[in-house]
Amino acid sequence: MTEPRPRIAVVTFPGSNDDGDACLALEHLGADAVSVWHTASEVDPGIAGAVLPGGFSYGDYLRCGALARIAPVMDVVRELAADGAPVLGICNGFQILCEAGLLPGVLRANRQLEFVCADVAVTVESTDTPFTAALASGDRLVIPVKHGEGNWVVGDDVYVDLVERGQIVLRYVDDVNGSRDRVAGVANEAGNVLGLMPHPEHAVDPLLGPTGGVPLLEGLIAAARDRSVEHALGL
Amino acid sequence: MKLTVLIRPKPGILDPQGEAVQASLATLGFAVTGARVGRLVELEMEDSDVPTARAEVERMCTELLANPLIESFEIAAETA
Repeated sequence: MTEPRPRIAVVTFPGSNDDGDACLALEHLGADAVSVWHTASEVDPGIAGAVLPGGFSYGDYLRCGALARIAPVMDVVRELAADGAPVLGICNGFQILCEAGLLPGVLRANRQLEFVCADVAVTVESTDTPFTAALASGDRLVIPVKHGEGNWVVGDDVYVDLVERGQIVLRYVDDVNGSRDRVAGVANEAGNVLGLMPHPEHAVDPLLGPTGGVPLLEGLIAAARDRSVEHALGL
Repeated sequence: MKLTVLIRPKPGILDPQGEAVQASLATLGFAVTGARVGRLVELEMEDSDVPTARAEVERMCTELLANPLIESFEIAAETA
């Protein structure tokens, strides 16, 4: 029997540019990607997860993600997040989730002041999220990054709590951008919202390079599928 | 009324942009021992009452113009 394809929203803000790849990757891995425009104030109730893709929403004006966070669609994202649906913020999506207060910290200019574009290795630090549930702690994934502002900053006290609660989900093996303790991905307390600078949607096809994005997106899809089944059963 | 808001990287927060500016100034031969780069926002408002306008701008700063994790803000001037 074929597994049901969960419907996952991919949000497009003015200036998003990885929304197309995010849709392709989700479709490739067994989900139905639903493009959602930034002005949408509601989505089909069958939507079981969301991706905030990479890009340069609103031209990165003011601060990366600062203007996107007040787009109408963010109310939908907040509702999905609060309801436990898996929400993945990639690169600019991570910046938006931080500015929106859905994730801790903020992303600043890379320490080396250079845009970084490379395949990088990350280690899985926490398997307590739907995105990493099928992985083991310490697993290495190779996924490309491409950003100028990926230097994650957070206060000391908050950081200690995040580590203790397992909210630091991915770390770069080598320093990439000056991010605190090489943090590459952070989750909310419940674990259903993950933000990361690497681009899993660009790492799903061996023809194009590394495939480290596959398990993370499969985790997203699996969690969305569980929700879809519950929804269909009226649970 | 016109209000000017200054937004600065908080002390202790790494400011790569300021460092780059400092290094470039050094290249030009200027002896600068530190540089921090922030933002200046000029707002025009219909309010004529200074305290009301300032209170509004404080809220704008908290809600959008500055990120309290890394930035401080200051309402620098208001002119009628």
